[in-house]
Amino acid sequence: MNKKMMANPRDAYGETLMELGGKNHDIVVLDADLSKSTKTILFAKKYPERFFEMGIAEANMISTAAGFASCGKIPFASSFAVFATGRVYDQIRIDVAYSKSNVKIFATHGGISVGKDGASHQMIEDLTLMRVLPNMTVLAPSDAAQTRRIVELMAATEGPMYARIGRANASVLYKKEDLKDLKIGEGIIVKDGSDVSIIACGTMVNQAVDAHEKLLQDGVSARVVDMHTIKPLDERLVTKCARETNTILTVEEHSVIGGLGGAVSEVLAESGSSTKFKRMGVQDMFCESGEPEELFEKYGLSTSHIVNNVKKLIR
Amino acid sequence: MKQHEEYIRKLDLIAVKIRKHIIEMLYRAKSGHPGGSLSAVEAIVTLYFHHMKHDPKNPTDPNRDRFVLSKGHAAPTLYAALAECGYFDVKELLHLRQINCMLQGHPVRTHIPGVEASTGSLGHGLSFANGIAMAGKLDKKDYRVYVMVGDGETNEGQIWEAAAAASHYKLDNLTALIDRNFLQIDGNTEEVLRLESVRDRWSAFGWYVLEVNGHDIEEIIDALLIASEQKNQPTMIILNTVKGKGISFMENNIDFHGVPPNEMEYNLAMKELDTVQKALEASL
Repeated sequence: MNKKMMANPRDAYGETLMELGGKNHDIVVLDADLSKSTKTILFAKKYPERFFEMGIAEANMISTAAGFASCGKIPFASSFAVFATGRVYDQIRIDVAYSKSNVKIFATHGGISVGKDGASHQMIEDLTLMRVLPNMTVLAPSDAAQTRRIVELMAATEGPMYARIGRANASVLYKKEDLKDLKIGEGIIVKDGSDVSIIACGTMVNQAVDAHEKLLQDGVSARVVDMHTIKPLDERLVTKCARETNTILTVEEHSVIGGLGGAVSEVLAESGSSTKFKRMGVQDMFCESGEPEELFEKYGLSTSHIVNNVKKLIR
Repeated sequence: MKQHEEYIRKLDLIAVKIRKHIIEMLYRAKSGHPGGSLSAVEAIVTLYFHHMKHDPKNPTDPNRDRFVLSKGHAAPTLYAALAECGYFDVKELLHLRQINCMLQGHPVRTHIPGVEASTGSLGHGLSFANGIAMAGKLDKKDYRVYVMVGDGETNEGQIWEAAAAASHYKLDNLTALIDRNFLQIDGNTEEVLRLESVRDRWSAFGWYVLEVNGHDIEEIIDALLIASEQKNQPTMIILNTVKGKGISFMENNIDFHGVPPNEMEYNLAMKELDTVQKALEASL
């Protein structure tokens, strides 16, 4: 396999915020003592008057962001996914979702590939927690270019939104021009195939593309869908995949409960589909410290796990 | 001087009217929070009928002063004040907490004209108000932001995150008011989770602190004025209040934190308020 170009979605987030800041003066950015890691520091340096360091006080950050939004500002509030969701669930519930506030919660360090910091920092429940909130849009972009486009769309689209990316570099999947028609709520068929649909989000889209290549060598034609929007879910695309490939595997760097796999299974169950179906993700457990690749291997999220699961499903 | 006294008595009269609305609303709703609604009346009346710059016909005016009721369970007081100001029909008050009606059990900013923040889950409102105040500074607007917190509410950790942020960002366009009625659901605030010294705590967080009789409109007027003249720091006005104020059998009675009046209590309460109202009217 040829060596892939890599880019960091966090850099893409910070750079895009910085660019948007010049075009849209309503954008304000709040961070909770992690601006060097979330990359909001890029915005902070360029627009210090519109950057608000909130300290290690995430609850206050979210409610304050909602106050900003009530004055017509477009606040982006950033932290690690653990602190940006679970820790502040009630603030998001009341001040953002219930209030339909135009707050953009942008989390980095989602999933287990945070790695060595261990389970305390490996957020595998955020998509579920955010998805269950009425009015909330939930996004998980896959590579740096898509992150860039998603950030632009978040700024341009009214309403409460949550997006999460990982910590690590991601293989480059898209060129800028591939994404000019990207829409929130519309998944992308990255690779077409007829034997199985691998529906993935975020960091796992790359693993799915790798799996597609390996499966091709074994004569299996796997469709890969980049489901960057978990909510509202592209139900049409899910049912299309069910109809056309009759086998669906979801893959996410997240608990198998309630996230992408949960959302897809709800659609399939209610559509009366007899599609063969499996959810891949972290099982109902906390993981541990380790290198990202070691964790993917141990907790069942490596490319070879995808390949094996596909083979079992279509057998 | 006589004119000024009359002006204050007129505000006192509005306060009585608001109390009547509160009793009526809670009696009809058969649920809600009388104690903390009644203790908050004079401060809310002073804000909406004297101090704040606001226009009920233009509730989203970007230059308006804002009031955030962080202790959202005092919603009846806010609703009654908004209705009396003309934000919506007073008749809506009769349908508090009823299905298919506007007035939710706790304030919601998406449903109700004049409501700035959705509250009810305690501890959020000061942070939300900070956001409004920070946006005001950023846009160089001269509106002011007011937020009322309950004394029990300051058990919440988020309040102290917000207290630190407001002084860090020198939010002198923000005035907070604490409804210091000394009672929360499980009992006296000092027995549940000690709050004293309230003054020293806020002062240590970098706030300018004032203390007034929270049922004396004249004192509240003065404090709000002093607060608006402070530079480089937010102000906390400690409103020394009585939970259930204005209804003899509800005063300092924790049983009326979250229990509405029954028919007999409703009649008694209305009778007491009528007496006060008549005396005030006679004095004008």
